[in-house]
Amino acid sequence: MQNLGIDVLFKGTNFVRLLLGLWVAVRISLISVIISIVLGLIVGVLMTSKNKALKAVFRVYLEIVRIMPQMVLLFIVYFGTTRIFGWNLDAEVSAVLVFSFWGTAEMGDLVRGALISIPKLQYESAMALGMDGKQIYYYVILPQTIRRLIPLSINLITRMIKTTSLVMMIGIIEVLKVAQQIIEANRRSSPNAAFGVFAVVFVLYFLICWPISRLSVYLEKRWS
Amino acid sequence: MIEEVGIVDLDVMTSYLPLYKEALFLTMRVGWKGVFIAVMIGLLGSAILHFKIPIVKKVVSAYTQLFRNTPLLVQLFFIYFALPKIGIRVSPESCGTWGLGLLGGAYMTETFRSGLENIPRIQFESAESLGMSRGQAFHCVILPQAISSSAPGLVANVVFLLKETSVFSTISLMDLMFTAKDLIGMYAKTIECLTLLVLFYLIMLLPVSILGDLLERRLRHAEFGD
Repeated sequence: MQNLGIDVLFKGTNFVRLLLGLWVAVRISLISVIISIVLGLIVGVLMTSKNKALKAVFRVYLEIVRIMPQMVLLFIVYFGTTRIFGWNLDAEVSAVLVFSFWGTAEMGDLVRGALISIPKLQYESAMALGMDGKQIYYYVILPQTIRRLIPLSINLITRMIKTTSLVMMIGIIEVLKVAQQIIEANRRSSPNAAFGVFAVVFVLYFLICWPISRLSVYLEKRWS
Repeated sequence: MIEEVGIVDLDVMTSYLPLYKEALFLTMRVGWKGVFIAVMIGLLGSAILHFKIPIVKKVVSAYTQLFRNTPLLVQLFFIYFALPKIGIRVSPESCGTWGLGLLGGAYMTETFRSGLENIPRIQFESAESLGMSRGQAFHCVILPQAISSSAPGLVANVVFLLKETSVFSTISLMDLMFTAKDLIGMYAKTIECLTLLVLFYLIMLLPVSILGDLLERRLRHAEFGD
């Protein structure tokens, strides 16, 4: 077997470029995750409200996110809204918008689940101690909810990182695009580069997501 | 300048319909084949993990970790562009099918395994004390409960996998996404194309989502205790 093209990565700044590409994907995910967690907390609390109209709205929102592929949402925002409203939307901004829209629903659902899983007794006991609504949330419910939520939100980070690989479809130069560029540029000198480079991308993604998902599993076991 | 803001040209949409229909069939075919492979791998993998078969167990858990922690897009690129370099050539369609199947298999293994794990040991012991053999206990007592407790995960995974088919366009499979992108590129009827894209994904996924919910409720009905 001839060489499998891993050497291509050590030519010039290729490997650094690849890592910078990965950083683009990770940066988009981190920004989106932060926005999703903040908005998701609010949405999750609102989802537990007894208001029927509010409930229906969130139900539709959740269902849209559940059914529509993120890629379709990306296309709608990046190609669709720009066409309808005639504005100029940066690809990275559209990506953050879409992934936050998606992440907020996911996070909201997690928050809702965590809130529901808190036994009613906790509310009643807090009330019996003379706390008002705000105090109950702040001192009793939130601390418990957050503990249940942290492993799940960490898990959301890995899912976000995996999903952001889609952004190459709207022209963002991230790790996969850089990998393609490197392979194309070295097609003559190293025709097998596709194997080495894509294998490295595969491993890179794994090295980022694996520790994070281990951490999430570890925390879940420890705190449950 | 944008002409005809917000006005959707229905004639254009009608003329695109056949193309979308064809793409829908392809997407569904590859998607469901992938789901089928995923369920098969999942059943096998979770059985291996559950019965702690030595060595194979390690391989299965390495496989699930590897595929659960990398994006489908990267997996597809690896199968489609990298494997031919070491002599394994795959057509776009089988790349999509197997890529989806392998990704899904990792998720399904995990779902079924936790379904099996959720069943208290006492169920097994009780079955044994009733004089059932190991096979009988598994078949009549453990499995029905495991199916019921992994139903929500199964439904979620199926919807997730069918959604993931949207990345197939990157390996030149003419799926819904590919068709929409192609038509936008050629005729620039962006709104019409995107509307159809959304509609066709709804046609493909809404029934699955609704039926999935019903099935889940039906299966969970069989849950013991609680």
